[in-house]
Amino acid sequence: MRRKKSGAGPNAVAGNGLLDRRIFLAGATLAAGGVATTTAGAQPLADAPWMKVPGAPFTPYGQPSRHESKAARIFASAPGTTGTGASRTPHHLLDGMITPNGLHFERHHSGIPDIDPDSHRLLIHGLVKRPLVFTLAALARYPMQSRIAFIECGGNSAQLYQKEPAALGVQALHGLVSCAEWTGVKLSVLLEEAGVDPKAQWILAEGADAAGMSRSVPFAKAMDDALVALYQNGEHVRPSNGYPMRLLLPGYEGNMQVKWLRRIKLTDGPTMTKDETSKYTILLRDGKSLQFCFPQECKSIITRPSPGLGLQGAGLYEISGLAWSGTGKIAKVEVSADGGASWAPAALQEPVLPKALTRFRMAWRWNGGPALLQSRASDDSGYVQPTRARLIAERGAKTIYHFNAVASWAVGESGEVKHAYA
Amino acid sequence: MPTRDALRTTGLLIAVGLAWLVAADAMAVEGPNLGRVATPEEIAGWDISIAPDGAGLPSGSGTPAQGALVYAAKCAACHGEKGAGKPNDQLVGGQGTLVGDQVAVKTVGSFWPYATTVFDYVRRAMPLNESKALNNDEIYAVTAYLLQLNGIIAETDTIDAATLPKVRMPNRDGFIPFTAGK
Repeated sequence: MRRKKSGAGPNAVAGNGLLDRRIFLAGATLAAGGVATTTAGAQPLADAPWMKVPGAPFTPYGQPSRHESKAARIFASAPGTTGTGASRTPHHLLDGMITPNGLHFERHHSGIPDIDPDSHRLLIHGLVKRPLVFTLAALARYPMQSRIAFIECGGNSAQLYQKEPAALGVQALHGLVSCAEWTGVKLSVLLEEAGVDPKAQWILAEGADAAGMSRSVPFAKAMDDALVALYQNGEHVRPSNGYPMRLLLPGYEGNMQVKWLRRIKLTDGPTMTKDETSKYTILLRDGKSLQFCFPQECKSIITRPSPGLGLQGAGLYEISGLAWSGTGKIAKVEVSADGGASWAPAALQEPVLPKALTRFRMAWRWNGGPALLQSRASDDSGYVQPTRARLIAERGAKTIYHFNAVASWAVGESGEVKHAYA
Repeated sequence: MPTRDALRTTGLLIAVGLAWLVAADAMAVEGPNLGRVATPEEIAGWDISIAPDGAGLPSGSGTPAQGALVYAAKCAACHGEKGAGKPNDQLVGGQGTLVGDQVAVKTVGSFWPYATTVFDYVRRAMPLNESKALNNDEIYAVTAYLLQLNGIIAETDTIDAATLPKVRMPNRDGFIPFTAGK
């Protein structure tokens, strides 16, 4: 790759313009460093029309600014259906770690059911002493727990298994991950009330949608940190995310976190449902398939700059992105601007929480030449996000599931950003 | 030197403390207990999942010939003639395509490890636009039809609660548990 000399100054931390992020805290020094200022043609600042008349009246439920209509999900449905498919979060237009409820990704297997909360029931049965049925009103009286957790579809970033880089951006490639604060009842409390038979090794979780979505979950996970989530970012879970209740399995494949949860059956073995056999398994070159791929392993993506968010001239930029690990906390995110030849650690935005999206930020002086931007996350287990070449060497490319390798954005001299393979 | 009264007070405090700890312990495991005990009849209405050993399979039966009629009426529009696929998933064929770098054709016949899953899934989710509309005989029949089209059972076989779990799927041994964190 051809690179212009970066003219690495005292703040350089890696090749092709990556800078110590403290440069952003240096205030006036920064402006002196590179911002072109001009006063030619400046007019007195005038009051805008909205300062001269009263603003809009109250509304019962707020909506984003009408100027932000591009911050919307994109979606595709299976042939002959309208609500069976997936919608994707526009991460390139968001910042922070929390996904707004209206922009949380969705994956539905037979549309979004319109559930009457008073009629909805949660049944717990199977290998228990006392099978129990709960109303929503009953569950609402239980002690609640909140936790911030990401949910990622097992098929997120699937296009990166393809031979050639798809000409798509963050949303279309990586938009099947979102993060919210979920509040609900610990599943272990409900299971203990039902009285667990020691033979129980798995649970089957089933939804009340027309597909009766069902997945087997190890009993240990159900007793560890599983939540019957009733609230999402403070309000009742959205219909598209499981209203009136969903299973939350922090860090696990999204498909297992069954929405519209109506039934939990304790079993001695996995039920071998359609989605844990024919789907969500990783077919290897030797014809065998990896099954029960539960955690979404450590991963990161750069959300800005990214395709559609090109650079407007050489100068200082913040490279910003998201990192997560289904097995723990993000320990480090490194960023490269030269296709992986050199790396420097990004700043991790607090709070850094286990099994939650973590925002990272990096200072970069773009010199106007070609650049290849990458991020590489590590978690607190020591796992390092693999390169694409390594992931494919290990697993092949016959699957669409659990792609978590390093992704790359190529920056051209025009400032345009494109998906690329390094 | 502590006085006898002081010792007694200390002892009392320890006793009170222990009692409090015991109470706190008891409170920690006490939920509100607001679940109502579900009756077997209630559970039967929802307990639709089928284990790989066949547990949960209902009475009823079907043959491939009967299933062909169900399939033509309820399934072919989405899954193509004889399970050939398009516009939605291909259900038949693909055996031998899983190995190597060729395009894998994953169907009921080439990929699904358990025949019980076909009954479970069709009953809960198919046909997409009117799920739960087929009766058990129809579900057994269409399951039999798909197994026969894939060359797994004969045209003369009957599928029911006894025979379905005994069907050995070609890719039964094709799965290995995932290990995280490599």
